[in-house]
Amino acid sequence: MTDATAQLTTADGKPLKAALAASLARSRRRAFLLVAPLFLFVLITFVVPIGQMLMQSVYNDTFSTAAPALGKWFDEHPPGSEIDESAYAALASDLKLMKEQKTSGSAGTRINYDISGSRSMFTGTARKADKFEPPYKEAILSVEKKWDNPNIWRAMRSASSPLTIDFYLAALDMTRDDAGNIVSVPEGQAVYKMLFGRTMMLSLAITVICMFVAFPIAHLLATLPLAKSNLLMILVLLPFWTSLLVRTTSWMVLLQSQGVLNDLLVWLGIIGDDGRIQMMYNRTGTLVAMTHILLPFMVLPLYSVMRTIPPAYVRAARSLGANSFVAFYRVYLPQTLPGIGAGALLVFILAVGYYITPALVGGADGQLISNLIAFHMQKSLNWSLAAALAALLLAGILALYWLYDRIVGIDNMKLG
Amino acid sequence: MTISETDKSFVVFDHVQKSYDGETLVVKDLNLSIGKGEFLTMLGPSGSGKTTCLMMLAGFETATHGEIRLGGRNINMVPPHKRGIGMVFQNYALFPHMSVAENLAFPLEVRGMGKSDREAKVMRALDMVQMGAFANRRPAQLSGGQQQRIALARALVFDPELVLMDEPLGALDKQLREHMQFEIKALHERLGITVVYVTHDQGEALTMSDRVAVFNDGRIQQLAPPDELYERPKNSFVAQFIGENNKLPGTVEEYSDDKCLVRLATGELIDATPVNIRKKGQETLVSIRPERIEFKPEMMPPGAHMISAEVLEVIYMGDIFRTRMRVAGSEDFVMKSRNTLGQTKLHPGETIKIGWHPQDARALDPM
Amino acid sequence: MNKLLTLTTALVAVGAAASAEEISVVSWGGAYTVSQVEAYHKPFTEMTGIKVVSIDADNPASPLKAQVEAGNVTIDLADVELSDAIRLCDEGLLEEIDPAMLPPAPDGTPATEDFVPGAIQDCAVANIVWGTVIAYDTTKFSGEQPSTLADFFDLEKFPGKRGLLKSAKRSMEMALVADGVSPDEVYDVLGTEEGVTRALAKLDTIKDSTVWWEAGAQPPQLLADGEVVMSTGYNGRFFNAMVAEGKPFAIIWDGEYMDYDLWVIPKGAPNVEGAKKFLAFSTDTQRLADQAKYIAYGPARKSSAALIGMYQDGKTEMAPHMPTNPDNMINPIWTDPTFWADHDVELSEKFNAWLAS
Repeated sequence: MTDATAQLTTADGKPLKAALAASLARSRRRAFLLVAPLFLFVLITFVVPIGQMLMQSVYNDTFSTAAPALGKWFDEHPPGSEIDESAYAALASDLKLMKEQKTSGSAGTRINYDISGSRSMFTGTARKADKFEPPYKEAILSVEKKWDNPNIWRAMRSASSPLTIDFYLAALDMTRDDAGNIVSVPEGQAVYKMLFGRTMMLSLAITVICMFVAFPIAHLLATLPLAKSNLLMILVLLPFWTSLLVRTTSWMVLLQSQGVLNDLLVWLGIIGDDGRIQMMYNRTGTLVAMTHILLPFMVLPLYSVMRTIPPAYVRAARSLGANSFVAFYRVYLPQTLPGIGAGALLVFILAVGYYITPALVGGADGQLISNLIAFHMQKSLNWSLAAALAALLLAGILALYWLYDRIVGIDNMKLG
Repeated sequence: MTISETDKSFVVFDHVQKSYDGETLVVKDLNLSIGKGEFLTMLGPSGSGKTTCLMMLAGFETATHGEIRLGGRNINMVPPHKRGIGMVFQNYALFPHMSVAENLAFPLEVRGMGKSDREAKVMRALDMVQMGAFANRRPAQLSGGQQQRIALARALVFDPELVLMDEPLGALDKQLREHMQFEIKALHERLGITVVYVTHDQGEALTMSDRVAVFNDGRIQQLAPPDELYERPKNSFVAQFIGENNKLPGTVEEYSDDKCLVRLATGELIDATPVNIRKKGQETLVSIRPERIEFKPEMMPPGAHMISAEVLEVIYMGDIFRTRMRVAGSEDFVMKSRNTLGQTKLHPGETIKIGWHPQDARALDPM
Repeated sequence: MNKLLTLTTALVAVGAAASAEEISVVSWGGAYTVSQVEAYHKPFTEMTGIKVVSIDADNPASPLKAQVEAGNVTIDLADVELSDAIRLCDEGLLEEIDPAMLPPAPDGTPATEDFVPGAIQDCAVANIVWGTVIAYDTTKFSGEQPSTLADFFDLEKFPGKRGLLKSAKRSMEMALVADGVSPDEVYDVLGTEEGVTRALAKLDTIKDSTVWWEAGAQPPQLLADGEVVMSTGYNGRFFNAMVAEGKPFAIIWDGEYMDYDLWVIPKGAPNVEGAKKFLAFSTDTQRLADQAKYIAYGPARKSSAALIGMYQDGKTEMAPHMPTNPDNMINPIWTDPTFWADHDVELSEKFNAWLAS
């Protein structure tokens, strides 16, 4: 609009644009107040804890707070400096502090993530720290001679800054050598990359199986008369109302080598009593149980999409000369894509994060990355590594989500 | 249009019955033969069996008994996609994930037609319905009338000899509906195709069809050209269903082959033409169209009986006056009189004498 | 009316909770928690009026660590393994415990001498000694029955699936001892690269026939289901299956893996005094002997041994089922918490990698 054009005003002479903006802002503020409780809830219970968790993967200050003198020494002496008496003096003062504050264990644990066997050096040496007299180097080495290993000093230097990518290195099967270069861990110790790959493949397989199994079920549900389809729907939803553990356990009863299915096969004479098939405690077990558990997440979006597809479309295709397969493939299937997309995404993301079921029925080769995340959360208590693994998993899922958006389009998805 | 003997029965329903639950028949012994190039409408209230008949013809339902023939061939066992019948659905059923051009190309594609032929044919079909500019739109981007045209074009693009239409105009507003009626009719005449059209709108049926089959209760009540249907309904249902109708119940007092005298419940005597009554003393329902009622004695044939009527309401409708009267105890007796220059103005409360030509009053079954 | 009633009930409940002292005790669940409730919790509440709330956890050290680090501690006392007790203590997450507060033995022997060596730590006091042992289904072997740790790894002589704890700790030591390493030297060997390779190589021989378990309740179940013919497991759990449920299992005591369970008090526990009272009460000679009545774990006090009587069924003598019984201590492997504190990360990683490959 140019200045020459008369400005539109409201009845009382205010510029119309400003009045409109003001009234819109008012209604926006009101709308925001409505969502504010939810927003706060999500912020407090979801965003903050997850943010904190992710923070742990790059931020670990257990060593830097326990060893301030060493931190100062590392700041003043660049990498490659000689580990001289002043360094040992700093170490001695920190060990004293650790003894006082009972932090030798946690500081040692932090270095132990990097160099196995170093934890007891800290706890052991700190116990005697009160008696240290100059020259400190001699005093400390007389207690534990492993302190002159340059790798320990390299690890301490890296841990003395709380920000670190070491946990991400570990999560990617990498470590640092004595010179501080990033290298792959020895073959016998590499596990995470392989498990990431297995998790993705297994989740993909589960998603595909769910897709093929859920499609006919959802179709039946969508086309049956309401009374019958409601009954069938209850059967589909029944697993939802049963505890996950109960369901998993019932699969164990069914699939184990002395289980119902094997008994049936033996009874039918299909297999011999000593040829019982191992369907549990391996990948098959994980696949079967997880497909069952995640099936409703595929059926429901598919069903809700199929419900809205009138039978006239397929009839139209048939009347136009398409046989039933072509009518299904060219006309019905494309219209169920939003449901397939939503279901696949749901099932895949849930499958990637499952750990109870694979832990119970997966045996050794049905383990997924989430089992190791759980291991580090609950058993080894190395939360920083657990956080790094979880963050990588999250990044992987986001990448797939992005890919999905590029190929299929998120707005093409219908959750129900 | 001259019709040869074989073309007279292009589509034949031969003793066709249909039941869904094995207990009740939705279609009871249907016999119908449709000529080539004919525009036949199946008209009836919902649940009368007309849509079921159409679905059986399209192949989506199977006849429980009897035979359906197309061009002399029994098609009972032929699957829908091999029948070569074009169909326009109630809500158009345009494939939402395909563009207009793709929708039209679909039947050609599944028939294995080459790409260039396909494109040419699609464009010709689109031009035929004046939608050439919309080839790349998605159905959701079109108005109801435009979608209707596309659906029509899609049903015609593969040159079927028979096109079925299942209430195709039901979702359109009145004006558009009338316009489309005209267009469909014009297309039918231009292409010489056979059309079986299902509707519950009698106006649509009367304006478009060569013949109309009035369905009720699983049977064809009357099969006739529109004018015959309107002017000479064969029974009370048809008289009621087609157009506006006054009905007077009574008993046959005198009876001859082409004329009868009916005594109404209130004692008056009226003239009528016997249609499906056979003898004196029979109960009957006399049906008279509102526009055939006269209230000026000079317009009546000599000797015609007249009865008295009390004017209850006069509605000005522009081209006509619609007068509601109390006649023989009934309060919804309607007379329509043209709005001409010297027309007598009636007023509520006035009592007048009315009458009609005996051939306009049809003594029908008492229902 | 209904609402009012609910409200008053709630108020009364709040009042009662405020007045009655209580402590929360986290333990491992199952028959083990039951034995503690019977032998410790009930008599303690009876004597002091302090209510004991019992909570189950897969490993009580995990919620303890999480709570202390979050600064929101609700646990007063937790039952943890030795390695966890030492680690948590080193990390400053636990209250220190003065051994002087522990009651002496009935004959006056001070507690420091009455407890088995290693049972009293800076921040922890042991209540039981338990063994990880091998049990087998006696119905599965018609001829010779397995009797040694080496038999567990001998698939040819004793075919069938094995159950093993999915953890580097215990599995690797037992593999080395089965391979001929003396229990005294097992940690020296495991501390070397070759030792780790040797342990994994031994485990490799049964890897394809192994069902891995994680929770203590699983091994008896796996045996009972016929899913495995032999499994490692906690001796108390096997005892329960054999004696209480009459399962046809037998235990191989050879190479039993000895471990303590200890009471620890988290820093910042809401009722430290109550927890200490309970700790002293539950580790006196009689209480420790009483617990053996309900589960076959050995008391951590020497003086309790003489008081061990019958199982609660009134006919089973408990002494022969104790992991601490001299007859059962054939080649025992005593756990080394310092070794595991140093090497848990590395060995778990290698074990997990081996497991997943």
